[in-house]
Order: sequence, then structure tokens, then C-alpha cells
Amino acid sequence: MKEAGVKTWLPSLLRLALAVLLVAFVTNPGWFEPLLKPLTENNAPVIYNQGSLLTLTLLHLRTVLIATVAATIVAVALAILVTRPAGVEFLPLSRSLVNIGQTFPPVAVLALAVPAVGFGEKPTLIALFLYGLLPIFENALTGLTTLPANVVEAARGAGMTGWQRLTKVELPLSAPIILGGIRLSVVISLATATIGSTVAAKTLGEVIIAGLLSNNLAFVLQGGLIVAALAVLIYDGLSAIERYTARRMGREAQ
Amino acid sequence: MTIRFDKLGVVIAAIVAYAAFAAPFATFRANRIVPGEARSILESLPTAVGPSLLEIVVIAAIIALLKTPLILRLVASVVALAALAILIGVAGDFLTPEGNTFARISPASGFWLLIFAFTLLLADVLTRLNLSPWARVGVLVVAALAIGLLLVSGSWNSLSILKEYANRADSFWAEGSKHVTLALGSLAAAAVVGLPLGILCHRVDKLRAGVLNVLNIIQTIPSIALFGLLIAPLGWVATHVPGAASLGIRGIGTAPAFVALFLYSLLPVVANTVVGLAGVPRAANDAARGMGMTDRQRLFGVEFPLAFPVILTGIRIVLVQNIGLATIAALIGGGGFGVFVFQGVGQTAMDLVLLGAVPTVALAFAAAIILDAVIEMTSTRRREVQTA
Repeated sequence: MKEAGVKTWLPSLLRLALAVLLVAFVTNPGWFEPLLKPLTENNAPVIYNQGSLLTLTLLHLRTVLIATVAATIVAVALAILVTRPAGVEFLPLSRSLVNIGQTFPPVAVLALAVPAVGFGEKPTLIALFLYGLLPIFENALTGLTTLPANVVEAARGAGMTGWQRLTKVELPLSAPIILGGIRLSVVISLATATIGSTVAAKTLGEVIIAGLLSNNLAFVLQGGLIVAALAVLIYDGLSAIERYTARRMGREAQ
Repeated sequence: MTIRFDKLGVVIAAIVAYAAFAAPFATFRANRIVPGEARSILESLPTAVGPSLLEIVVIAAIIALLKTPLILRLVASVVALAALAILIGVAGDFLTPEGNTFARISPASGFWLLIFAFTLLLADVLTRLNLSPWARVGVLVVAALAIGLLLVSGSWNSLSILKEYANRADSFWAEGSKHVTLALGSLAAAAVVGLPLGILCHRVDKLRAGVLNVLNIIQTIPSIALFGLLIAPLGWVATHVPGAASLGIRGIGTAPAFVALFLYSLLPVVANTVVGLAGVPRAANDAARGMGMTDRQRLFGVEFPLAFPVILTGIRIVLVQNIGLATIAALIGGGGFGVFVFQGVGQTAMDLVLLGAVPTVALAFAAAIILDAVIEMTSTRRREVQTA
């Protein structure tokens, strides 16, 4: 019995430790200087010195947040549209478009957005938005098309209007699956946002690229590790929310 | 008789109306980096041709707008796309001043929107036709041949992207083959390692969670960081392991890019192998055991063939993802089409960006269509076997 106990609290403890380490690192990177020191040569700076890690982390998160919120709104709206009787004509086409869209590499989207909107945060937002749409749309579609038929029938029998059925039955029941899509999209966006720094967006990619350019491994490592830690923590957090809503809806999350 | 509108047709007609009459068809620039001047369809084509292009796109848009037979819609979209593809080359010749080698003509937003609108129509028709896998690959081959023909015939040579190509013809093919080698080579390596690892994870419960967790965490490391982090260990290997350097293992360049792509590829391959093997019906396994098949016979004769479509789905994900990610290899000197993309971004020369981005997108797109067709073929065969 004791072993089972260890197994349940150990992951939470590890996550808590990771969160504490992450916060400590971005607020007081100086504390970790001795750990990263061996990775630098010729007395190069150990901690990124052209901007604060905390600001960059917050900007990174802001970019991902804006793109994900926009992608969620558009993707869920689209999925609702193509599953209504009025939009059902678009269903097969929207499926193939989503498939085609997934083949566009993020770097290409990023570079091609630059002439239209200029350097900086905007092309990154466009690339993250387009890339984030796909998993959310796919999951929202799965959620809305695989509802238990008897529940939908019951709602119709109870005299609910189309709008009531959507907001009170269909969307709440699909919520766990849609959340799964959002989780996937956020994790992809967190990593992809670093590429945005090749077109001068202020993200943690700046730290990594500075490291690549000056051959400073400590920079590459700290930028990469912060992004990875953020991704792991956010992934776990969203999984927990997903399990909670799935339990409430009595539906297994994917 | 009442006129009935096609819902998608309304969207297409709106895009065509804007693109043909309000948006610029081509951009003229005095040299490769100055801002361009917009030219409409009538301004960019000889007086005899311009109005006919307008007629073609308007008629095609009307066919899209009304409820028309699929075959007519197919013809309309193909004719419109072909006319646009040929005439953008004519516009290039027409707008380039005599003997001027600095002027750059590139397709502008109107052209791209028209291409998008008619591709949408074509995609809709093809989706509704519900083509067999072979037919889809056939359409892809025909499209590729048509584009190849236009490229070889030189009718696009006056367009800016091909002028960039003409300046870099040798390095284009060298970087291209590097790109393909990186994407396919890392996939092959991931399949060789990932398949046995997946089988092992399927058989040994204790391994499964651990291996999949580690691979999941690798996926969260941003690609540019992973590329960068591999520089140091590979540099160490090159200097300390005899013979490694002569194999081409170096700190910067292709080696870290190859290893990074390999690591990213492992998760989809291993995870899909595990999912595929877990989905093999218990009855099939029991029957195989009952027939006295050994473990190995069961694996290769029953489990593996049944799990194959799911494993192929993993390979499709990896291939499309690798073709895209290989562009980032250019940041650490690994070559590939990314070289042109990043050079172009650096020089704000968008034609150069396109020279790198267009082939990458085309490769990823072709890979996705071909592998989707193969997956469908293997899974229908599987279903036949199951029902037989």
C-alpha cells in the first residue's frame, strides 16, 4: 500500500518542484550561474544579458495566449458552423482544407507573412494562429459529431431550440475533447513561438538564437529549458482541467 | 426554373470578384529589394489577352456560384487555374522592359487569391468525387507534370522567383537534395529504431509509460534549441571518437540536424506502433495462438500486418513534420531549403524566401497525399481480410 501512495503523490511533487525551479530561474537567474558556467567559453556571459528572462517569458506566454484564444474562437465557430444543417455542405471540404493546412511548415508561414505585415510579433501571431487552428478544429469536429445520439434526441424531445441544444447540451458535452485540442495546440505553439524570433518577435527564441549566433551553449540551454518546462507544466495543467470536465460530463477525454 | 446558388460558390465568387477587379495581379519592382508598384490584370497583360483572362475567371466564378454538375465545375476550375498559371508568365514578359535585367515582376495578392479561390473549387470537386487512392495520386502526378512542363518550357522565366533560381541553380539542387536526405534519412533511422522499441513497449508494460514520457518531453523542447544543444555533444564525439569525423559527424552542420529530427520522429513512430499493436483484436491473437504459431510468427504474420495502417499514420505525421522542420536546420549550418528562407528574411528579399518556401510546401503536400493514399489502400485491404 505504501508504494501506491508514493506513486500518486510523486508526480505532483515533481511538478511542484519544476514550477518552483522555473519561477526561481526566470526571476533570479543569477542563482543558477554556477550550474551553467561550464557551458561557456572565454568568459562569455552565462545568463542572457540583452533583456530580462522574466519579461521574455511573459511576452512568450502572451503571444501564445493571444494566438490560442483567437484560434480557439475561430476553430470552434467553424466546427459549429459545419455541423449545423445550414453548413453541412462545407463539412467534407473543411476536412480536406484542414489536412492541407497541416502540411504548411511554420517557418514558411512565418517568412511569407513578413511582407504582408512586417517584422515583429504579427507574423508570429499569424503563424501560431494558423497552426493552432488545426488541432482545435479537428477535435471540436470529433466532439460535435460523436455526441451520444440519445442525449441529442432527448434534448430535442424536451423542446429545446437549436441554440439551446448547442449551448446547453452539445458544447458542454464536447468540452473535454475540445480542451484536448487546445492543449495540443498550446504545446505546439509554445515551441513554434521560438521560431518567431528569426523575424524579430520578442520571445524566448531570442535567447536561443543569441546563443546559436555567439556559440554560447548556456544561452541555448536556458532558453530551451524554460520553454520545455512551460510546455510540460501547461500540458499537465490543461490535462487536469480536461479530466475534471470529462468527469463532470461523464465522457472520457481523448 | 429558379436559380439556385451553391453556398461555397458564393464565397468563391466573392473572392474572385475582389481579386480580379480590386486587387493587384502583378507587382513591378525596379530591382529586387525596392517596394513594388501594383498592376491590375488589364495593365499587366497585352491588350488582346487581358480581357480574355477576365472573361475566363468571371465565367468560372459564375459556374461555381450556381448549382452546376460536378464535371462542369471540375472543367471550370482546371481551365481557370491553367489560364492563370500560363498568363502570369506572359505578364512577366510583358511588364519587363526590353533588355532590363534588374526589374522584378512577381505575382501579387490578386493572383494568389484567384489561385486560392479556384483551388478551393477544385478541392471541393475532388472531395465530392470521392476519388480512390490511386486516382488521387494520379491527380497529383498530372498536376506535378503540368507545373514541371511550365518550368521547363521557360514560360515563367521572367518571374522574380525564377530569376532568384537562375542565380542559384546549382546550390538550389544541392540544398534540395540535402533537405530530402535530412527528412527521409531521419525518418528511416526513426523507423529502424522506433518499430522495435514500439514492439518492446507493447510487450513490456513497465517500459511503456517511461519511454513514452521521455519521448513526449523531447517533443516539448523547441526545435531551434534542440538543434543547438546537439552541437556540443556531437562536437565532442567528432574530436574524441576516432573515425567519427571522417563519417561526417561534426558539431555544426548536418549531423545535429539529423539527430534532432531523428529524436522528434521517434515519438509518433513508437506511439503509433504501440497503439496499433494494442488495437489488434484479441480474437486474432487467440486464433493465431490456437493454430500453434510461435511468438515471432504471430508478430510478423498477424499483429504487424493488422497494426500496419496505424503505424503508417505515424510515419505520415513524421514525414510531413520532418520536411517542415528540416528548414530550421539552416540556422545551424545544416543546409536544406531553409538556407534560402533565412537568407531571404535577412535581405528582406521575398522572392528568395519563396524560392525556399514553395518547394518545401510542395514536398510536404505531395508526401501527405501519397502517404494518405497508401494508408487508405492498406486499411481497406485490412478490412477486406477481416470481413473475408
